[in-house]
Amino acid sequence: MSVGRRWIVAAAAGFVVALLLPRLGVPTFYVSLLTQTWIFAIVAMSLDLLVGFTGLVNFSQAALFGVGAYAVAIGATRFHVTAFVPVMALGIVCAMVTAAIFGLVALRSEGVGFIIITIALNEIVWGLAYQWVSVSGGDNGITGIVRPHVGPFDVSENTGYYYVCLLSFAICLVLLLVLVRSPFGLVLKGVRETPRRMRALGYNVWLYRYLAMTISGGFAGVAGVLFAWYNQFVGPVALSLDQSTQILIIVILGGIGTLYGQVFGALVVVFLSNELSAVTQRWEMVLGVIYFAVVMYAPGGLVVLVPRLWNRLLGRRTPVTAEES
Amino acid sequence: MGLQFYVQNALGGLAYGSLLFLIASGLTLIFGLMRIINLAQTAFYLLGAYVGLTLVAHGTNFWLASVAGGAVTMVLGLAVYSAFLHRYHADHLTSLLLTLGFALILDDGVLAVWGGDPRSIAPPPGLAGSIHIGTLVFPEYWLAVIAISFTIAAVLFFALQRTMLGVMIRASVDDEEMARGLGVDVNRAFFVVFAAGAFIAGLGGLLGGPITSAYPGLDGEITPLAFAVVIVGGMGSLTGALVGSLLIGLVNAFGKAMFPELSYFTIFVPVALIMAFRPQGLFGRKL
Repeated sequence: MSVGRRWIVAAAAGFVVALLLPRLGVPTFYVSLLTQTWIFAIVAMSLDLLVGFTGLVNFSQAALFGVGAYAVAIGATRFHVTAFVPVMALGIVCAMVTAAIFGLVALRSEGVGFIIITIALNEIVWGLAYQWVSVSGGDNGITGIVRPHVGPFDVSENTGYYYVCLLSFAICLVLLLVLVRSPFGLVLKGVRETPRRMRALGYNVWLYRYLAMTISGGFAGVAGVLFAWYNQFVGPVALSLDQSTQILIIVILGGIGTLYGQVFGALVVVFLSNELSAVTQRWEMVLGVIYFAVVMYAPGGLVVLVPRLWNRLLGRRTPVTAEES
Repeated sequence: MGLQFYVQNALGGLAYGSLLFLIASGLTLIFGLMRIINLAQTAFYLLGAYVGLTLVAHGTNFWLASVAGGAVTMVLGLAVYSAFLHRYHADHLTSLLLTLGFALILDDGVLAVWGGDPRSIAPPPGLAGSIHIGTLVFPEYWLAVIAISFTIAAVLFFALQRTMLGVMIRASVDDEEMARGLGVDVNRAFFVVFAAGAFIAGLGGLLGGPITSAYPGLDGEITPLAFAVVIVGGMGSLTGALVGSLLIGLVNAFGKAMFPELSYFTIFVPVALIMAFRPQGLFGRKL
């Protein structure tokens, strides 16, 4: 089998297993955590489009995610927009518009300057959610969000909602894979590698970065909408800087520039933070330690780390890949 | 809105801005020298406040307690710097994530030790009153904070411009490789700047306490302002940090007074304007 075909088979098998999981007697609690995993995998992939394929380390991804989530909450509680398609569209549009505004401000800078500005932008949006009590409910957030019907299906129950998130994830993954393999995606990679050369070749580097940011915002919005329905609640924590960092940690853990790897990153982070918060009050502290461990010992992510450990376990030596050297 | 409104908010803004300077000066210097975005800088402030208020509760003099808060913060910051951070100063993403992990640990540690209840901090005796001029009222402590911050700013400027160490630090900022080549101990410059940044932020904790009080999450509320200061003033510029702090302090004070729910959004305006017309910041150089 060719490598490409093997991947397709593996992905299809993974998808089938994911489809069957709730029917195999997996406890509801874990189905719920897996639902969260799909949601965080989507937002992590949206960030990977920027970090891994465009070379932009965006610390405002949680703000875009949160704007999607707040769009659902405000749409539902104030304007009684609750049907699946209009709410999803609203969330995506709001997140994309926010990303487009962020892009105008942040893309005036590059590299580390871009990081600092996106941190500030994320914090400003967080501040709005935190303080604009009459619209956002402030620290108490907004409750009373009801999961919609999808066509004829009632997905208000956990299992049904699991499928909504799984399918959304699959669609986002396929769309993003098509995008990064398209001529547009190739230009993005060129921009990541050598912006200067791309400029010399006549590409408008700024425009490509701007488009990537806006598109990425749309995907973050999808995840935000799903997250609001999942929790049936939105609060400012959803768009805090800590959330942005957590998304970035998922991307690093999953493997920057892999897209599919984000599933594993999300799986680890979601399960770990839930298990930790059940075991100890000090799980934020443990999370901080985990950040240290990930960036110092697994900068290539699980997709590099796990095969290496596996090979070491079998007593084989791993060849050093070109990327690492 | 009468004169009282403007004067009061201007003074409040300047006082808050000078506190911001105590945080942002470290942020901008550490960044300018080491390219480390230190997200733990506001957590340093919080830690300094808690250490200080505990000492005050045990009868220590207010000023001594603030210095002690700064010292404890500095020791802790330097421990993390020497153990982990110094290895990654060229890699801004790794160092940023390390400081964020450190901030999480610090925040949670503060919560574990001091609990979640907000603590108000009384101004030191002798500065608790206010000065009345006509109908205008000036809290004495606000004026004291402004005076202290400007003194610290003056000391920092003097140290950077007029001492041998300052010359070495500036040389390392301008061209690290060349400075090393000329025998400047760049690593020592890094160490000193990180220490100074952590110390001043920790010192600011108790000094700012009577204005901001202390509670878990306070650092998160200050972070957007501190970053806005660095963006507006220019990354790596001490002058920029001073001007930016006062500017953001004023914008924040008037924003809070006029649009209480949107005060963070008013910060966005100077940030966006700076990015549009002068992306390197008021006093920054092109990165």
